[in-house]
Amino acid sequence: MKKNEVPQDNADMLEGKFREPCYAVDEDGKYITVPSVGWEAKNVVMQQAWDHIRKRVKEVKRKVDEGKLSPLAYHMEKQQMDPKLLGSYVGLKKKKVKKHLKPSGFDDLSPEMLASYARALNISVDELKCTDE
Amino acid sequence: MKIDFEHNQSAHCENGVTSNLLNYYGLKLSEPMVYGIGSGLFFAHMPFVKVNSIPVTSFRPFPGVIFRRVTRQMGITIRRKKFRDPDKAMKALNEVVDKGIPAGLLVGVYHLTYFPGPYRFHFNAHNIVIFGRENGNYIVSDPIMETPEELSYDDLKRVRFAKGLFAPNGHMYYTLEKPGDIDLRTAITNGIKKSCHDMLAIPVPMFGVKGIRYMARKVKKYPEKLGPEKASLYLGQIVRAQEEIGTGGAGFRFIYAAFLQEARDVLKNDKLLALSENMTAVGDLWREFAITAARIVKNRSNETETYPVAADILFEIADKEENIYRELRKAVD
Repeated sequence: MKKNEVPQDNADMLEGKFREPCYAVDEDGKYITVPSVGWEAKNVVMQQAWDHIRKRVKEVKRKVDEGKLSPLAYHMEKQQMDPKLLGSYVGLKKKKVKKHLKPSGFDDLSPEMLASYARALNISVDELKCTDE
Repeated sequence: MKIDFEHNQSAHCENGVTSNLLNYYGLKLSEPMVYGIGSGLFFAHMPFVKVNSIPVTSFRPFPGVIFRRVTRQMGITIRRKKFRDPDKAMKALNEVVDKGIPAGLLVGVYHLTYFPGPYRFHFNAHNIVIFGRENGNYIVSDPIMETPEELSYDDLKRVRFAKGLFAPNGHMYYTLEKPGDIDLRTAITNGIKKSCHDMLAIPVPMFGVKGIRYMARKVKKYPEKLGPEKASLYLGQIVRAQEEIGTGGAGFRFIYAAFLQEARDVLKNDKLLALSENMTAVGDLWREFAITAARIVKNRSNETETYPVAADILFEIADKEENIYRELRKAVD
């Protein structure tokens, strides 16, 4: 890739927080780095990954609304976790976490356990109990 | 207090931390040099290992190996500590930093407050250096960022104890020694030989050049085997691995081409210059693959014929790379 070919396709993926150094050759064929704000091809596949995550979150939210899953399931999915990962934050096996993803298991949770889950998800206990955005 | 530490941005975090720490101790090595000596070039496609139910493709070796290989070649002893107790881990960090020693840390990126939202995945092998404490905040040299950042005590503790794959467990590393006289020629030659081995001779079909062909064969059959939606997700993941933050573009191929240019100046070997150009051309092909793949992802149509087109680019890449590594090995023998 040549210096003047380094793409600058801004889709706000970096939120203006930094530019990414891309390696490219200058007029003399020597490698330099050129800061880039993004590339179309990459934006497309990043967008795809997030669309996929959002779709799954929506699906889980629907099941929570229908009373099939607990709000914990919603927050877990929203933060791209699975029972194993969430369990390792709160010190529980994934089997136990799966129980709490059901409304019945969630309703039985002690205030301490609720606080522990809230801490792991970096939200308040009140937020944990509902599925508001 | 703030240590007089020079922060330089790099494409890849592990290269950057290695380069910035060595620089602090008086040894200037560019990012491509660190990457080449540390034999960062790698390829793996593992359909049986899945993250979020998508097969893993990786353009990098295990986290930590670049740093380890480079410091070992330079003869520097690294002190490492892991912790169970987060508060003890923070206390130990304070002690090191307060003595005026910059400390490397492994952290998870999901809770890194200064990171852009779209890039916050549960990825745990990110490297940063802490080089000061001011007003209760830590001064952070994160090689991905253009300038130093700050993190609060609680935010830093959280990312140091992220859970999941490669959980950092508060991992801290630092050195007290200045690198002695270094034999750059030998370090470069060893680095190149190791990369040629990794790309040509690992006796498993998932790795190196063989791995690229293996992936190409899979990609070709994605639409029939998986249906349009899954096929598109799988294909997109390959491009994400190739172009995610830290590769410098084209799955590290351009950084490696830059390394070969620098290596040529040290080894006075003109063959490396031609091989650098070939590597640049391969990098351009990887980008062509990404463009083709992104087009497929975006259309989501039933143009099944585009998967074979993408696969053919991968086959071409594999052939060209195989040639480069064979020539490269001969060139440094």
